[in-house]
Amino acid sequence: MFRFPDGVARQFSVLLVAAALAGCGQESDGKSEAVTVITPPVASPWQSSFEDIGRAAKPAEIAAWDIDVGPDFAGLPPGSGTAEQGEEIWLARCAACHGDFGDSNKFFSPLVLGNVTQQDIETGHVAALKDPTRVRTTLMKVATVSTLWDYINRAMPWNAPKSLSTDEVYSLVAYLLSLGYIVDYDFELSNENIAEVQARMPNRNGMTREHGLWKVDGEPDVHNTACMTDCETHVEVASSIPAFARNAHGNLQGQMRTFGPYPGVDTSIEPGAETAPVLVAEVPSETEAAPAPEAGLATSAPMELLTSNGCLGCHQIDNKLVGPAFTAVSEKYAGRDDAVVYLSRKIRQGGSGIWGGFMPPMPQLTEAKAEEIANWLAQ
Amino acid sequence: MSEKEVVPQVYSPSPTVTEKPGSLGHLLKAPESFLDKSTIAAVSKSGVDESRRRLLRTSFTTALAGMLGAGISSRALASEGDPDILTLPPWSKSLGKAVATNPYGQPSKYEANIVRRQSPGLTQTDQSSVSFSPLQGMFGMITASGLHFERHHQGWVDVDPRRHRLMINGLVSKPSVFTMEELMRLPSVSRIHFIECGANTGMEWGNTAVPTVQYTHGMLSCSEFTGVPLSLLLEHAGYDKARAKYVLAEGADGSSMTRTIEIGRALDDVIVAYGMNGEMLRPENGYPLRLVVPGVQGVSSVKWLRRLEVGDQPYATKDESVHYVDLMPDGQHRQYTSIQEAKSVITSPSGGQRLMTKGYYNVSGLAWSGRGTVARVDVSFDGGRNWYTAKLEGPVLPKALTRFNIGWVWDGKPAILQSRVIDSTGYVQPMKRQLKEVRGTRSVYHNNAIQSWQVAESGEVENVQIS
Ligand code: HEC
Ligand code: HEC
Repeated sequence: MFRFPDGVARQFSVLLVAAALAGCGQESDGKSEAVTVITPPVASPWQSSFEDIGRAAKPAEIAAWDIDVGPDFAGLPPGSGTAEQGEEIWLARCAACHGDFGDSNKFFSPLVLGNVTQQDIETGHVAALKDPTRVRTTLMKVATVSTLWDYINRAMPWNAPKSLSTDEVYSLVAYLLSLGYIVDYDFELSNENIAEVQARMPNRNGMTREHGLWKVDGEPDVHNTACMTDCETHVEVASSIPAFARNAHGNLQGQMRTFGPYPGVDTSIEPGAETAPVLVAEVPSETEAAPAPEAGLATSAPMELLTSNGCLGCHQIDNKLVGPAFTAVSEKYAGRDDAVVYLSRKIRQGGSGIWGGFMPPMPQLTEAKAEEIANWLAQ
Repeated sequence: MSEKEVVPQVYSPSPTVTEKPGSLGHLLKAPESFLDKSTIAAVSKSGVDESRRRLLRTSFTTALAGMLGAGISSRALASEGDPDILTLPPWSKSLGKAVATNPYGQPSKYEANIVRRQSPGLTQTDQSSVSFSPLQGMFGMITASGLHFERHHQGWVDVDPRRHRLMINGLVSKPSVFTMEELMRLPSVSRIHFIECGANTGMEWGNTAVPTVQYTHGMLSCSEFTGVPLSLLLEHAGYDKARAKYVLAEGADGSSMTRTIEIGRALDDVIVAYGMNGEMLRPENGYPLRLVVPGVQGVSSVKWLRRLEVGDQPYATKDESVHYVDLMPDGQHRQYTSIQEAKSVITSPSGGQRLMTKGYYNVSGLAWSGRGTVARVDVSFDGGRNWYTAKLEGPVLPKALTRFNIGWVWDGKPAILQSRVIDSTGYVQPMKRQLKEVRGTRSVYHNNAIQSWQVAESGEVENVQIS
């Protein structure tokens, strides 16, 4: 390949680039466009020559990843466990989030909460599903026991998935089923008898595929017409968000673009209070910008720490969730000299008896990090 | 739950703005612009009561007088024209920043309100949760990658692409493993598709529950995805043409999300995607590899895709046996509901926004169908009595968002805005009433009803359901 002597080449190409850039954004005169000759397409002869790409999966690799268990128990590894054994594992590894009896809704909807009857076990339809006042639990919905097995095996415990042994999974499934009186407490669930258990699943007949939403060309079940004039004769507002809840998603004004035709409604004030729309847009005044009292805590929050350590799963800055609002904690210990020491210890050790509920220990949090959070709370 | 790092902006970021009328870029005819700061502050804090109304009236007269007399300089300026024109702003009189100041570009600081948000109280944890796209602030049909909604079941992960593998096994003659390098060497396609969570609008089956289009419809996005057609990979692995009926897709994250896809779908337009809007997928959206199953509820577009298994029966995984099943009034659950039927929504104006004045507005929204293309969108301004056909913008693509626009002159009276899409199969988006008649109110998933936004005389737009 021909080469310019060093330096010349560089200078030359720089000039070329500069010239090209100078042309950027300039209208072309149109005349310089060469006549385009369209030649017939020529397919690439290598279009499908990629057989060599990828490699054969080795049996051990497939075994390591192919963990799914189907409704006919294809893929179910041999093993066994009793509900009694399951209870012990449950209390150690699951109960903190799901409750001792699978009845907690702190982290997720309850897994078990009654509502399953002996009659359901006979019919395979959970009758309580017709009653809108009942909480829908996992055991009420699930039609296939394989689903429970597969899911616990692949995804639970939530914070340490894929850490259970095969027998532990059998035991845990047995324990959950015993809570719904589907099997007895001393029942030993195994790959041998799991099909018999399937025949007792209370909602095993509760699923239907009679609908048009599975396939692209499925038949729709709801029909409207494209009426254009005088269609709805009676238009009445049947439901809207009550005035007291209008700020429940935070001030909507801060969730809209700050300019343009559709600014946000200031939901921190009463509806309709902004009758002169212009005023909001003009807002302003330095005094108004002063943060609300509790905003101090919110703005200085060590969000990264609170998020990455899962604190916000249970706490909010200014509302009670599972645990107390951080503003409430901050207020409570405001006057105490040892607030930082006390709070950083509590954060790492967890505990109960002060606000209600139980806070798990946070051993992963270093002392320094806990102290950072405590300092923020004690400000 | 809480607003996280989001620091909401309020109006008039410029400190000088209070001195000027028309900080929103237009000169305001309203006399209120001549109010002094303290009155404005008082009114915006406490609203307009009788004493303030009187104040407003007197201010109007004094404002007129002020314009005539030699008032404060800015007022005098105002009468000559827009101070934002007459006084050159700093950015016109200074040197701007260097190239690559932000090696990865960021939105303007004035756009800080247009971000993903959670709906307070919707989920118990932040890892099995949703963040909604700010549809109220978006344009066109493409979702900016940083605003793509999130739905994770066990948190999101940032997978090392060099250690990521895709395995294909089951009813195939050549169980195979691919590295990212190998997948990216294969023939690729780039296609624009929407992804909508099956639970989008799920909070609205009963009564009105959430205030803005971000929360009613924000589990929705549309991106250009680049990747290998799934059909090519299945052929490559030699899938068993006689016995193969379903494909199981599985993720590499903690939840190892699994979903069943019917073989016909799998061989049709499904993509094993690594690219999104010209760059790699974002971690929250499945970096470095995800499935994209066009037209089907988002959960099937398994993120962090690690494995595809060909089988002969549906897999009844957790998220197709306990969740993503639609409860009908008779107590039966519809299982394997997948298709996102035709749906549309007006995004501007929409709930939580306000119209500032009477007059002309461009009413704009999105329409889509999991069964094909958008054929037509009609818009009503009177709660569904009368309908007018909107203009469709940009390319109208199958299983992609389509932007629609229609002009409207607001006369200052209450109005109810709705949109209704008709797709290429002739299906007409249903009214909420029609949907509830068939499916009740506890289906959770697949709420594609016509959305109503009520405009009050004050200009406030509110989410309502009509009967
Ligand atoms: C750190 C909290 C936590 C722990 C510990 C935990 N889980 Fe879970 N579990 C969850 C969350 C959150 C979900 C919902 C995940 C989702 O959104 O898909 C869940 C879902 C489930 C489900 C499915 C419920 C449904 O209706 O979808 C089962 C079954 C389950 N867990 C069993 C267990 C078992 C067994 C253990 C102990 C080995 C356990 N979990 C430990 C938090 C936890
Ligand atoms: C599993 C839910 C949960 C998580 C996760 C959690 N907390 Fe708590 N927290 C609670 C509960 C419940 C209480 C109330 C306990 C009590 O009544 O003593 C509490 C109490 C507290 C208190 C007040 C203690 C006192 O003595 O008054 C602080 C401070 C606190 N949490 C900080 C944190 C921080 C910081 C994190 C994250 C590192 C965190 N919490 C994570 C549930 C939780």
